[in-house]
Amino acid sequence: MRLYDYVLSPSCYKVRLMAALSGVKLEIRPVDFHPGAEHRGPELMALNPGGSIPILEDGDLILTESSAMLGYLAAKAAPAWLGSGAPEETARIQQWLSFSHRLTASLGGARLHEMLLRPGDIGALQANGMAALRELEAGLFEQKMRGDRFLASDRPTIADIACFPYVALAPDGGVSLDPYPTIRLWSRALRSLDNFIEMPGIHRLHELKPEPRPCPDEA
Amino acid sequence: MIDDAMRDEWYPVGLFSRLDRDGRETTLMGEPIKVALDTDGAAKVTGENGRVLPVSVRYGHIWSSLGEPRKAVFPIPEADQPGRRFVDVGVVRVRCSPLRAVENFLDIAHFPFVHTDILGSEPHTEVENYKVEIREDEDEVWATQVKFYQPQAAKSASGGITTEYMYRVPAPTCSVLYKTCPPRPGEWDVIALFVQPLAEDLCDVWPWMALFDDETPLTDLIHFQQTIFLQDRSILENQIPRLLPLDPGMEIPTRADLTSVAYRRWLKRHNYTYGAQLVAQ
Repeated sequence: MRLYDYVLSPSCYKVRLMAALSGVKLEIRPVDFHPGAEHRGPELMALNPGGSIPILEDGDLILTESSAMLGYLAAKAAPAWLGSGAPEETARIQQWLSFSHRLTASLGGARLHEMLLRPGDIGALQANGMAALRELEAGLFEQKMRGDRFLASDRPTIADIACFPYVALAPDGGVSLDPYPTIRLWSRALRSLDNFIEMPGIHRLHELKPEPRPCPDEA
Repeated sequence: MIDDAMRDEWYPVGLFSRLDRDGRETTLMGEPIKVALDTDGAAKVTGENGRVLPVSVRYGHIWSSLGEPRKAVFPIPEADQPGRRFVDVGVVRVRCSPLRAVENFLDIAHFPFVHTDILGSEPHTEVENYKVEIREDEDEVWATQVKFYQPQAAKSASGGITTEYMYRVPAPTCSVLYKTCPPRPGEWDVIALFVQPLAEDLCDVWPWMALFDDETPLTDLIHFQQTIFLQDRSILENQIPRLLPLDPGMEIPTRADLTSVAYRRWLKRHNYTYGAQLVAQ
């Protein structure tokens, strides 16, 4: 399975993270998104006329939407990430998967503007990002009241992976996460999952690492 | 008008390889400027009211100044050495003082904590003694004999090695780092950080590399360096105070911070204070 990947892209990171969590090995094909704009070049435009990355290729299957990639990886290797199949849970998963596009458009847009100088109305992007964060905070808080730590149930699903990266990287776009305690707890729960991987700007939980031990040659 | 010696220095304002006739609008020390190719294909930089600013094209970047630079852009002799690959890493904007961006680049003690499992790892956190001097002839800050254990020092490194570093500050917002070159012992890889000051607390950072590495694809080299720098970015944006304190009463440095101490002293000596805090608040 080949992923056309940019190391700083939160959408690409969703796919890398899902693959790591479900034990799927990806063949990474790095794309010079910045400064090279390779995703707009002929080779990648032929694969994805939408001109976006990530692109996931597996035999004849070519996927260009990250939510579909999460669903595919889970269905192939870790079906528990698709939820139990209960109607309400299925609906919640679909609800947050769709919602995740708002995070990409707002917080992701603010991040590209503030970090890589992409054009955009930064005030509107940040305001829309904050509105989406407030909605997510409320949704997670209601889940907590039901006794569930994650967006659709008490275990993480592809919906959590779809929403997590742009939320965790909101400060890159000048949007603080300080006002959202439930989001911070949720982020912590996701970052402490077995086989969790990082990306630049999403640091590992230092206190969850093994206690440092002296080197053998220092003993 | 900025009353600061930094006005007469050179700054990076764009990648030459990506410049076209339409050009790019950007900012230099608060002044809106335009960088574009003229009809002869040469880079041209104009300031407010169409004022023509000095231009130089070096190390893949266009350089300019609001004042009157007394010297050419500082030399990097390795840029003329055959066999090296030159990598334009691309711009990254950071909401921090341009001087803080350079200071962070000079620091090694943060490697195990910010660049975990790449440039450093626990428990290998000790910064051994190294030498720092302000070289009077070149008028540059130099740190030499810097050694650090690194799990993956470069894209071309396989496995952990003890890497040796040298750091240079040849201009107030630029630093050049020389580090052990895994495929070619005896030579140094060159990694530079060119910082464009937009405002005292906002900068565009243009990393650039001159490496001996014939094998790694260019995109992998760019991604490696962007990964490192983006790990720094979130730290830089949270440093307090925003401006770099030059008053010794503000912070208590340790031995590991010798390069930073020399850099701050050198800035102060030259009245390079754009982005600096002079009196502790």
